[in-house]
Amino acid sequence: MTPTHATNVRPEGMTGPQAGLGFRHCLTVVAALLVWLAIVSPVQAEVTPQRAQALLQALDTDDFDAKAEAAQAIAASDAAQKTRWLEALLDGRLGRERRGERFYIITDDSGREWPIIDAITFEEAGTGSRRSVDAFRINNALRTQLQGLIASLSLDEGDEATRLEAAKRLIGEVDAQSVDTVAAQLDDEESPAVRAELETALALYRVEQGDAAALETLRGNLDTRVRNSLATIAAGDAPIAAEAGETLAGIESKRAWYERGQTLFFGLSAGSVLVLAAIGLAITFGVMGVINMAHGELIMMGAYTTWMIQQLLPGQPGLALLLAIPGGFLVAAAFGILIERSVIRFLKGRPLETLLATFGISLILQQLVRTVFSPLNRRVASPDWLQGAWQINEALSLTLNRLGVLLFCLVVFAALWALMRYTRLGLEVRAVTQNRAMARSMGVRAARVDMLTFGLGAGVAGLAGVALSQITNVGPNLGQSYIVDSFLVVVFGGVGNLWGTLVAGMSLGVINQVLQPWVGAVLAKVIVLIGVILFIQKRPQGLFAPKGRTS
Amino acid sequence: MSLATMFKRNSLLDERSTWITSVVLIVGMLAVVVLHALPTDHAWHLNGSVVSLLGKYLTYMLLALAVDLIWGYLGILSLGHGAFFALGGYAMGLYLTAQQAPLAPWQAVMAHFPVAALAVILAPGLLALVFGWLAFRSRVTGVYFSIITQALTFALMLAFNRNEMAMGGSTGLTRFDELLGFALAGEGMTVALFVASGVAVLLAFWGCKAVTRSRLGRVCMATRDAEARVRFIGYRVEHVKLAVFVLSAMIAGVAGALYVPQVGIINPSTFAPLFSIEVVVWVALGGRATLYGALLGALVVNYLKTVLTGVMPDAWLFLLGGLFVVVTMFLPQGVAGLMAHLRRRREVTA
Repeated sequence: MTPTHATNVRPEGMTGPQAGLGFRHCLTVVAALLVWLAIVSPVQAEVTPQRAQALLQALDTDDFDAKAEAAQAIAASDAAQKTRWLEALLDGRLGRERRGERFYIITDDSGREWPIIDAITFEEAGTGSRRSVDAFRINNALRTQLQGLIASLSLDEGDEATRLEAAKRLIGEVDAQSVDTVAAQLDDEESPAVRAELETALALYRVEQGDAAALETLRGNLDTRVRNSLATIAAGDAPIAAEAGETLAGIESKRAWYERGQTLFFGLSAGSVLVLAAIGLAITFGVMGVINMAHGELIMMGAYTTWMIQQLLPGQPGLALLLAIPGGFLVAAAFGILIERSVIRFLKGRPLETLLATFGISLILQQLVRTVFSPLNRRVASPDWLQGAWQINEALSLTLNRLGVLLFCLVVFAALWALMRYTRLGLEVRAVTQNRAMARSMGVRAARVDMLTFGLGAGVAGLAGVALSQITNVGPNLGQSYIVDSFLVVVFGGVGNLWGTLVAGMSLGVINQVLQPWVGAVLAKVIVLIGVILFIQKRPQGLFAPKGRTS
Repeated sequence: MSLATMFKRNSLLDERSTWITSVVLIVGMLAVVVLHALPTDHAWHLNGSVVSLLGKYLTYMLLALAVDLIWGYLGILSLGHGAFFALGGYAMGLYLTAQQAPLAPWQAVMAHFPVAALAVILAPGLLALVFGWLAFRSRVTGVYFSIITQALTFALMLAFNRNEMAMGGSTGLTRFDELLGFALAGEGMTVALFVASGVAVLLAFWGCKAVTRSRLGRVCMATRDAEARVRFIGYRVEHVKLAVFVLSAMIAGVAGALYVPQVGIINPSTFAPLFSIEVVVWVALGGRATLYGALLGALVVNYLKTVLTGVMPDAWLFLLGGLFVVVTMFLPQGVAGLMAHLRRRREVTA
């Protein structure tokens, strides 16, 4: 039962006297559901106003120990309002009228005049202020206790998610007074997830009391609070310190594994960005031998296409993103074909000149975006299904947008590989790569193949842009920040080899992530760059060298 | 063969372009100094900021010379020559800051001018030696070399951005007071730095010309045109490349060292790949493998940049980008090539 239900339903149902409603015991979860139903119907589990008054009266003391007992009594009572009372007390919004005996809950204490409701009937009672209502004060010990009480109260009520949340809050909050209640709740609980949390909470309490057997339950538990209390126990001189230390070591090593998993995931996701950015280059540079310095700007075009489609479809980021995948591909491919037709084909066989000309194009495209849109960065919204994280356990959570990019990268790679391997275009591209003259004499239209290959590489760059828009801001400098990395990935992987690009991109991403905690992000990147430079000196043909005379 | 023709053939100044360039440089320099010395209310008076700007152009011309030496004559396209320029600049910047308060204890040694002057030449030279030795030994050529030089300057940019380097982080080194005991802010210093830059350009121009006309230069050009053939004849191509690459890096370092006191700041953006590639377009526009083309290209492009970024900043990148495309597609030999072509046509028609 949440307080909202009470306020919403009560005004009509409770205007009459509540005296005749009688008692009802409802501690079990099933009964709690009945209570929830009961709120909707006029029948209501209730204590008499006098009893309620007495329960609240007990809180009206300056002695915090007495207050704690009173809170305990409220939690143990049958009063239907008890959760609301304890929550109000925790927030410092439960108080007594200065001249009189009525108790109020302050619904909003932001202004000078507070709207207040009667604490027993929940009827609106006008306004109060600092002068007319004395709010009960609590201290830290009481706060902790209240949180535990509220958590165990919400265990009785609400759906599974609420109970799970409550059970999680109980870890480390169980004390001598609440241990029996929690144990009883554990017996009544049916959901395995909630049971597991309750067992952890109980076991942690028992371990703190010196019960070595309960350590077994905590073995491998990843909760931070469990780890912290075990660390305290292991550092102390309790009889079970050694055993606690052992369990702690087990937990630590398990956590370490999950952290390695997390690093690997981050590395792979960073690597997948590199692969996406570089795979288009692997086609144009690797297969055609064309240095396209404007590749980064083609990525930027894809990202801006995503942004534009999102502007056209406000409020539907998911649909916009799905449309942007073909959209980004087509826009970037069109630009790519334009560049190939207008500049690159005239510079065939002059790689250094191609490099300079395409660099010029990249500057023009950058400035074009600055002039047409704005020099400022644009934020592209993520759809709901790419927001947040997939929490696998306490130590391992995977950000959904990065996971999405990783999967997208693999799909794009697989599609490209299949295209190169199984389609006629792929066959022609490979033929032209291996021996241009021979391919032409066999009837392959090499110039058309060049154009389509370049368009394909550019289109894939556009796809990379669509993916990048989900993890970073879209701006005119987006492309520049990836161009150096992308070329290194292609060269590192071995020119003309899609698999090499995949392996190189992923491994650079992972190496970077592994180095980061030790030396920091910038130095990690510098080390990776220098490492690749040295690697290229040692093995100029890259990780996977193409075989045969073409190399 | 008469003594006169022998002298003519072996003299540096026998080529028309060389002596024209030398004369233009000397006359231009003298003109600037004289015009600056005119009274301030005179219509033709050049004020200090213009002299300083021209001095900056001269250091860029020196850098372009260094790039042309290896790109034009050796066929090595370095997209990271800004790194050597910046290293020389940082060495000078360290000397200037060490005068007042060094950023780290080890930098105190840079307060001595001979040490600093040595560092200006040795820091870029050593980097070029190590990098070039690794690259040329394993025969990294063409676009691969270009890409790794770009990666090198990019890595250095990231590194110099770190505050742990004690190089001023992303702000770089600035707020210089005096050079060799003279205040940097004075008009006299502006002219002195301008003249020093001009003399450096002239000496480097003659030096590069001498190198390209020597046996070494001939091997260089042969390497550019047919590397494998030169190797088969018996030359150690990697040694030739390394020597000229290191020389070029040192010239770039000197250019950086002259640039810093005139501009008053050196920061990691000098390491940016964009700057290095801009230098290449200066050379491409002027004309590769002519040396004077590099000087001309650096001057023209930078003058355009100064004018355009002032008048219409948006147009500058369009123009620069357009220059890259137009020059590579329609002017493969640059302005120098165009002039030679026109002259030949005139001679034919005449």
